[in-house]
Amino acid sequence: MAKTPLKIDLRTSPYIRKAPSVPQIMRNVVYALLPIAAYAIYQFGISALALMCTTILACIGTEALFNKLSNKKNTIVDFSAVITGLLLGMTLPAGFPLWMAAVAGFTAIAMGKTLFGGLGFNIFNPALVGRAFIQAAFPVSITTWTPALASDRFIEFIPSTLALPFMKPLATAEWSQQVAIDGFTGATPLALMKFQGIFTDSYDLFLGSVAGSTGETSSLLILICGAYLMARKMLDWRIPAAVLFGAAVTSEFFYFMDPSHYPSPAFMLFSGGLMFAAVFMASDMVASPVTPLGIFVFGCLVGFLTIIIRLFGGLTEAVMYAILFANAATPIIESYTQPRIYGARKKIQEKS
Amino acid sequence: MTLFNLFGKRTFAHGIHPEEYKATTKEKATRRLPFAPEIIVPLAQSIGKPAKSIVFKGQQITRGEIIAEADGFMSVPIHAPVTGQVKSIDIVMTAKGEKAPAITITTSLSSGQLILESDIQQDYLRLSRTELIQAVKNTGIVGLGGAAFPTHVKMSIPDDRKIHTVLVNGCECEPFLTTDHRVMLEKIEQLLGIRIAMKCVDAPKAIIGIEDNKLDVLSAIKPHLPDDGSISIEAIETKYPQGAEKMLAYSLLGIEIPSGGLPSEVGLAIFNVATLAEIGALLPAGRGLIERIITITGDTVEKSGNYLIPIGTPIRYLLEYAGVSGQEIELILGGPMMGLPIQSLDVPVTKGTGGLLVLDKHATKQGDVLPCIKCSQCLQACPILLNPAELGQLAAKRLYDIMEEDFHLNDCFECGACSYVCPSNIPLVQYFRIAKTLNRERHLQDG
Ligand code: SF4
Ligand code: SF4
Repeated sequence: MAKTPLKIDLRTSPYIRKAPSVPQIMRNVVYALLPIAAYAIYQFGISALALMCTTILACIGTEALFNKLSNKKNTIVDFSAVITGLLLGMTLPAGFPLWMAAVAGFTAIAMGKTLFGGLGFNIFNPALVGRAFIQAAFPVSITTWTPALASDRFIEFIPSTLALPFMKPLATAEWSQQVAIDGFTGATPLALMKFQGIFTDSYDLFLGSVAGSTGETSSLLILICGAYLMARKMLDWRIPAAVLFGAAVTSEFFYFMDPSHYPSPAFMLFSGGLMFAAVFMASDMVASPVTPLGIFVFGCLVGFLTIIIRLFGGLTEAVMYAILFANAATPIIESYTQPRIYGARKKIQEKS
Repeated sequence: MTLFNLFGKRTFAHGIHPEEYKATTKEKATRRLPFAPEIIVPLAQSIGKPAKSIVFKGQQITRGEIIAEADGFMSVPIHAPVTGQVKSIDIVMTAKGEKAPAITITTSLSSGQLILESDIQQDYLRLSRTELIQAVKNTGIVGLGGAAFPTHVKMSIPDDRKIHTVLVNGCECEPFLTTDHRVMLEKIEQLLGIRIAMKCVDAPKAIIGIEDNKLDVLSAIKPHLPDDGSISIEAIETKYPQGAEKMLAYSLLGIEIPSGGLPSEVGLAIFNVATLAEIGALLPAGRGLIERIITITGDTVEKSGNYLIPIGTPIRYLLEYAGVSGQEIELILGGPMMGLPIQSLDVPVTKGTGGLLVLDKHATKQGDVLPCIKCSQCLQACPILLNPAELGQLAAKRLYDIMEEDFHLNDCFECGACSYVCPSNIPLVQYFRIAKTLNRERHLQDG
């Protein structure tokens, strides 16, 4: 908003309105993420807790810092920084060094949000910007997975968590072998699929008893929490639906071509961060289109790109890049998907 | 197109479901208010040209006599709402916030206030179409639903257009207002009015459309419908803005009125039910429009209800009569979604006023305006399927011409649904009103 010293109270109709305020929406998103966070803590112990706290604090701190620098009103109260932090924490491996997580949080807000002018102006989902940055900066740490349900997880940090800043974190492979319940390979189901040709059972994926990022493991829980937000009309169901649709159709296509070589659609839908990203990341309103057709195109694009990158790219965490790419495409998608208005005449339709 | 109507209730796409707030007044039968000691009759009460005053200061006038004549086709005459004496013909404050000429009348409280009727009782059904339309014009009637568009102009359909259906708008989708509801229950003349309208536009059939929150109207009217089935009544979903012409046409018949066009382009003529009820009552008696029903309601109104009041009654008088408590109140002429704020208590009720709404200032307080978070709620609310989010962003950048050319600004009819749902409290409709006004001025300059 342009700053005007003169405050004119525009009081014209409508005089009644019913809309949850922005902070209300954001607060509810946080509520919806809490069960997922709790499950993550159950799985990975205090390391996950420390990780998520770090990212949240880093995001809030950065936002506060920039508010102060630019003399803006305090925007912490709108909860959006908390969401960014929480989302970011959930996409990192549980044993991710805390100092790196703090860097990620800082980048997310500084580069993903403030640089563009704050909430409402960001082109990309800030959490993904943060994650993309550290994926490039710390490629090893971000793909070092530790087993869930380790026996001492509530009293002991994962060794890599407490790495000192700018120090190489301790290797966790040995530790993982010690604490794992049974043969832990340190690879996520996606990596197993990609590099070793092993398909994990979709059922395990659904419930979340597999290795993976902190908050991305249980598709079931993610769906339930997403459903809560959708029921409260604070999350647009069309985006996750379109993402999953796009992913399902694309993977079905390949699976149909060669079932022995390509994984089944069910595996694709429930593995990696796709479900989490579809429900909580792609649906970031600010960075996605507003037009009805645009929303569908956007979602399908995310789903399609995810599968293509997973199958043919060198990365396993495809969905993050798929969303960032689709975020970038949003303005173009929007300009081609303006709705047909009521009573549009043929002539006008052809023109637009 | 009509596929949508096959499933579930008959309705239009998008729209909102605001709280109705009609319960306090919808059961209350219309009551006549005592005459105000002073009546202010603005000469411009409708769209089109203002009427020309034909009285002089100090003149004694009788209730029902013509005090201002129509000035050309796009104009209607004005009849004296009370018996009394012309106090002045002067510039006064009007509801729109502009000053405009008006005739002020001191009511003669001693007179019986009998209505002067024209001597010729018109045998209206024998009249030709043109004569009938002229008779409608003589009653001084305009759209009572709020638009105040001269009804006879609407009835003058060009010869090359054939009207197949008259739609009678009884939706009253604005929250709080219950005048049309009462009219439909109480005024049986409405059916006569509908027949006159059908004759004027030469349509074989008419449909009364009501929202399904007024089902009592259905049973009240059904027994009186003609046997030949030419007039029917149908209930459609209660949803705002169901009462907009475009929405009504789609909900009832699945017909879209083309962008920028008139309903007659697709064979429709649409009238508000209260307007036709007035015509049905006035025309046979050879009278003019001198009073109307308005709903006075709101949280702090003691005697809320539907009142029959003379046109020109000042708001101040209504408030005193109805009794308003509370200090910080907001006064609105019309409904809460599209009504006008009142600038002065001396503003009179005019032909187009459907309600006087008194709301607590705190209840209507709007939160801080935040940046658009692109939640797309406004797109899902806009009944015209516009993109208010994009329009709002363009307005903030003052790109008013792009709004008009690429984003159909002029199809927006300012229903306010988008502002209603915006979580960032962006005053979208206000932006659009400003943009339209500036565009209009620019076009005028460009010639
Ligand atoms: S005010 Fe205009 S843009 Fe907003 S919902 Fe109504 S028609 Fe659509
Ligand atoms: S409702 Fe408001 S915040 Fe949401 S997209 Fe529309 S203008 Fe933006």
